[in-house]
Amino acid sequence: MDNKILYAVSGLFSSPNDIIHAAEETARAGYKNYDLNTPYPLHGMAQAMKLPHSKLGYAALVVGLFGVVFALSFMSWVSILGYPLVIGGKPYFSLPAFIPITFEVTVLSASIATFVTMVFVFFKLPNLKHPLHDTDYLKSVSTDKFGIIIQAVDPIFNEEQVKHFLASLGAENIKPIYYDEEELSVKNKIFEPKFIAFLIAVAILNSAAVYYSFNKLMYINPFNFMDNQEKLNPQEPGLLSADSYGMRVPVEGTIARGHLPYLFVNDTTDAFKYLANPLLPSNHNLGRGQQKFNTFCSPCHGFFAEGKSRLQGQFLAPPSLQTEKVRNWKDAVIFNIITSGFNVMPSYASQIPEEERWQIILYIRALQRSQHAKESDFQ
Amino acid sequence: MSSAENIINFKQRDLPVSINKTGWTLFLTGLLLSVIAFIYDPQRSAYNLVIIFMFVTSVGVGSLFLVALEYVAGAVWSTPFRRVSEFLSSIIFILPFMALILFFNMQNLFEWMRPSVVQADKVLQGKSSYLNLNFFILRTAVIIGVWFLFYWLIIRNSKLQDKTKDQNLTTKNIRISAVFMPIFGLLITVLSIDWIMSLEPHWYSTIFGVYYFSGTVLAGLAALTIVVVLLRENGYMNLGLTKDHYYSLGALLFAFTNFWAYIAFSQYLLIWYGNIPEETVWMIERWHGSWKFISLGVIFLRFVIPYTALVSQPSKTNPTRLLWVSILILFSHFYDLYWMIMPSFDKSGLVFGWIELAFPILTVGFVILLFYYKVSHNNIIPLGDPKLIRGLDFRL
Repeated sequence: MDNKILYAVSGLFSSPNDIIHAAEETARAGYKNYDLNTPYPLHGMAQAMKLPHSKLGYAALVVGLFGVVFALSFMSWVSILGYPLVIGGKPYFSLPAFIPITFEVTVLSASIATFVTMVFVFFKLPNLKHPLHDTDYLKSVSTDKFGIIIQAVDPIFNEEQVKHFLASLGAENIKPIYYDEEELSVKNKIFEPKFIAFLIAVAILNSAAVYYSFNKLMYINPFNFMDNQEKLNPQEPGLLSADSYGMRVPVEGTIARGHLPYLFVNDTTDAFKYLANPLLPSNHNLGRGQQKFNTFCSPCHGFFAEGKSRLQGQFLAPPSLQTEKVRNWKDAVIFNIITSGFNVMPSYASQIPEEERWQIILYIRALQRSQHAKESDFQ
Repeated sequence: MSSAENIINFKQRDLPVSINKTGWTLFLTGLLLSVIAFIYDPQRSAYNLVIIFMFVTSVGVGSLFLVALEYVAGAVWSTPFRRVSEFLSSIIFILPFMALILFFNMQNLFEWMRPSVVQADKVLQGKSSYLNLNFFILRTAVIIGVWFLFYWLIIRNSKLQDKTKDQNLTTKNIRISAVFMPIFGLLITVLSIDWIMSLEPHWYSTIFGVYYFSGTVLAGLAALTIVVVLLRENGYMNLGLTKDHYYSLGALLFAFTNFWAYIAFSQYLLIWYGNIPEETVWMIERWHGSWKFISLGVIFLRFVIPYTALVSQPSKTNPTRLLWVSILILFSHFYDLYWMIMPSFDKSGLVFGWIELAFPILTVGFVILLFYYKVSHNNIIPLGDPKLIRGLDFRL
């Protein structure tokens, strides 16, 4: 007991009402440094002790606001500067789309801040030492007693007076609690340089191992199944070319296989003179023509090319292809119209290949003939 | 002093007669103005009456919902002032009269009531099996009828308990309330679709019922808080209500303010993302001309200001602050309804004049008269409720 220092005087009560009464009386008597220990949380204790409101909320507020600013500015940076993408026709900076994420980030950062502040600032972890540890007092208040301690650091502390005061409140087992300065000042072993060095070493080794296994080990390929070939893939840089692109621009005038360019875009006189349907009205050609006509032409011109379709009345009236004018047109004229467009009709060159255009023309001719049959057709 | 002594010593005081006089003045002024308004401009008055009809529904049925909620959840903290909610919910007695006047003005209100419009409109023809006069009147009548039924059932048992002190009445009310809750949710959705959404019959929002529900609960809570604070601070409820009771009211107001914002934003975000013309038209109308500022006002009055005012712990226990925030929330519910309904009357810009004030004055007067009457003829605390003492002992 020689080097023991007085920490506090403790007293025990056996009911929650007594301890709340004791807390009120102690606060009234003017003590500032006192504390209560109960086996379970007691409602109304904070009011009885006249404690000020907890400051923990400010940690949540400040970090939460930081979360708002961070989420909004990060998303703005990504979608305006970093990787501008038009999504759903919205502007790059679309506040409504950012709000759910801002909300989540705010809640997350505020709750983490609250937890971290509580544990490391208010509970003072990893400090595991307290003068009350290992005392009989703490053993009884963590089972069935309600205890109060009035600390020696209190400005109006006087051991005898405090003992009398606690006795007058009806406390039992009034005892002084001592502590050992040396014992409390022993540093936590986790702060020893050796241990910290060990931790750092573990961290470095671990990082290296993870890096090696994810970036090297995982790419050791026992059976590569022709994954790696000595060729240039699209988008890869090409070492041999001057512009460093792997993909080469085709030589000017190159024509893709199976594709004949339409040479009469600006001047159609030659087309009308020389262009003729290269296909015969076979079953295959007419069937294909019917299929493509129904897909691309019938929405406006109607299934029988008479101009009656679903779009009637909602749009410029689509012309009939059964008129005498159209019947007398050369195949080349119709081909030219499908390829280059006519009035409001757009060009279908990108959707219908040349061969299918001719097949459609064959089918149109068949439709015309079905409505304007010759005498000989009936025999 | 213990809670049991508080109840024994509690003497109910009559409210001052001046309150009754104020009530009559407001009621008669409002009535006179409303009649003149209906003669002067029937269409605009009808729209205003729809606003106040939905507002009265919110306060009345929202209060009944809170009473039912207390029973179902087994809450004790709100038992000492449950009567306040019960008194406020009797305001639903004015609903049939309002509905009756509105039924005579259907042509002025609803596009789908005009045969010439419906004939030229395929969409309205498709909706005509739901949106037609007979079915509409039937729905509203049934809804109001069901609310009257539950009001009668719940309040009767609660009153009876004052005399008999029978604990079984609480059990009965718990069962009735449990039946009432889902029906309430369904009917309030139907009512809001009928009276607000069908003002613009082409537009629809699937979350609309929840949106109106969130406002309804807020209105019921705000009205309750205003009355409880006024009664307690002026010494008409000397029961030992503590800051913990205030804190609970404030926390609920705060929670439902957030709930409203959540629902309102959900509705807006989906409409904004989907960008379908028949959905966006409603928002775009409310962004035209001076309606734009009213729309911005909704965000501030319903969310930003109440949120900031209630976020800290002390503000939830401060009676003055709580009173003013509750008044703001109650007003903002009216404002929200005005924002939803009035643009259908005039799409070009803000409409505000003495006609808009007539019906609120009438209603406030009516509520005061009704409350005065109820307080002078009933016990202001549920004396026989077995939860009363625990309610007074409530600590956070």
